[in-house]
Amino acid sequence: MNSVIKATSYVLVHTPDMVVHNGSTQTTERIVNPESEYLKKLSGHIRSYGDVLAYPPNQTYIGNMTPDELGAIPQPWHGQKTDGVRFGKFGEIMPQDEFYLMMQICDVFDLVKIEKNFAAAAKTNLAQNPLITQDMLSKVKEGVGADEITALVEEQHAEGLYQDGILVGAVKRAHDVDINLSAHVILENLVSKASGVLALLHLINNSGIKADEVDYVIECSEEACGDMNQRGGGNFAKAEAEIAGLNGATGSDLRGFCAAPAHALITAASLVKAGVYKNVVVTAGGCSAKLGMNGKDHVKKELPILEDVLGGFAVLISPNDGVNPEINLDIVGRHTVGTGSSPQAVITSLVAAPLDKAGMKIIDIDKYSPELQNPDVTKPAGAGDVPLANYKMIGALAVKRGELEKAQLNDFTMEHGLVGWSPTQGHIPSGVPYVGFARQDILDGKIKNAMIIGKGSLFLGRMTNLFDGVSFVIQGNNGVTQEAGVSEAEVKGLIAKAMKDFALMLSGGQEGK
Amino acid sequence: MDQENQKRVKDLSENFGPENIVVVLGAAEGEAAGLAAETVTAGDPTYSGPLSGVPLGLKVYHICEEEIKSEIPQELYEEQVGMMEMVLDTDDIASEMKSIREQYMKY
Repeated sequence: MNSVIKATSYVLVHTPDMVVHNGSTQTTERIVNPESEYLKKLSGHIRSYGDVLAYPPNQTYIGNMTPDELGAIPQPWHGQKTDGVRFGKFGEIMPQDEFYLMMQICDVFDLVKIEKNFAAAAKTNLAQNPLITQDMLSKVKEGVGADEITALVEEQHAEGLYQDGILVGAVKRAHDVDINLSAHVILENLVSKASGVLALLHLINNSGIKADEVDYVIECSEEACGDMNQRGGGNFAKAEAEIAGLNGATGSDLRGFCAAPAHALITAASLVKAGVYKNVVVTAGGCSAKLGMNGKDHVKKELPILEDVLGGFAVLISPNDGVNPEINLDIVGRHTVGTGSSPQAVITSLVAAPLDKAGMKIIDIDKYSPELQNPDVTKPAGAGDVPLANYKMIGALAVKRGELEKAQLNDFTMEHGLVGWSPTQGHIPSGVPYVGFARQDILDGKIKNAMIIGKGSLFLGRMTNLFDGVSFVIQGNNGVTQEAGVSEAEVKGLIAKAMKDFALMLSGGQEGK
Repeated sequence: MDQENQKRVKDLSENFGPENIVVVLGAAEGEAAGLAAETVTAGDPTYSGPLSGVPLGLKVYHICEEEIKSEIPQELYEEQVGMMEMVLDTDDIASEMKSIREQYMKY
């Protein structure tokens, strides 16, 4: 019996100073061209927390606006404001000061140092968050003097944490020689861990299940934690589960660039369907390196730096309850080693091939969810409208297969597509941002099914030139629960009856001889 | 064009001679195709990669341009590129490419 999507959560973290100090576009520019015009202009293009809250795609990400409501607002969306609310039905948009404390809460090796006055003020703010427990708050340290922070950054290779351009904290290196434990890597990993933990906290809150009912966590970000002898040893999943209080869970990390969340959801759905684990969570935190990735184009075009938030999400997969939408594991698309890399081959393998197997047509899927990058970010950078390009490709394939008239192509992209609202955090926009809305839309009867498509650029790791991708279908529940199947008592009864019949037959047989 | 690809184009050009190289692009938009074409002809316009200030002047075409399309068996082209041809603004891409070639192509 198929497993179901029981709950989802989506969180953002506004990190304006991290854009400047930790985004790879900016750190590279400081090395290659330290006097560049871009670096001089950058600070004038950073958005305030209020602007980030009021930005329509961000409110969509946390569930306060639907994709349809966002789509009704003419693009571009930057400069347009909606109600700037911190909390939404899926999660929240956390400000940077509180997030620095989250990083300290997630640091179990005393590597995060925060200036004491800043720590005290931020702790007051974080304490207002109903999801942050007293146990978590107790892990925020009193803090150290500003001089100590400065010395760590200037003399001990620590990475600085800044608020409004002022040094307020530092992440220390965890080893003198090992670059895998450098301050840079530790910071990136703690960012990923802390935003992942935030997503887990919201997921448990949204799901209604108890934290210790989670059996297994699959973490699917794009970071690697380990040391010089096992560079990607892991395990973010268990580390995050620990902080979020998932005491009954173990877990593991699954990697596959941007395709990882889709791989992870198929894996989770399979584990639950097979009965290995009951409640499996798929989660990922955000990536500080990607902050301001297209900043040069945004600044050149006099736009604000739009890549100023970290993203995180979590999905709870549970046994079939007869209500929540199912993951149909009979319709799974795979880009294989032999598929080829042309867009046509990719879309055929991920969309048409699995539907063919199920006897369905491309137009039988109500909504497709491929990469859902926010076009506000990608269009000025010359990468176009990514989701729209995907819908055009899927539609064009339907035309080639004779399932759609060419004149209907535009309508197809509108009816079966979505606008993009996700931050360009790699794995974060890849199919998964719609899972929460898809669950709701199916429960509300607005759609009957949706296909989630994850694609990944494996060649970036230089181990293969191959591309990758997987897809799966979410569909309405047919109303039959796992419990409604044959129970253990019934099985025992059936076996007993069979044994009895067999014994009777044997005795009858002997009598007949 | 990313730094690694710029380096590869530069190395290939040095190894085989720039007159013997044809760069075939697959960018999805005219602007992106034009930027990549400019990089391998006039040099990296963003001045961040190995082709900054290196005007290779290579022959450069987009996969959807007639010059390349006519070189590929029709059936194979339909199988590999047909879907994208339906999706892309091929006229815009072709005019971008032509403009770059007229300005900077040396071979």
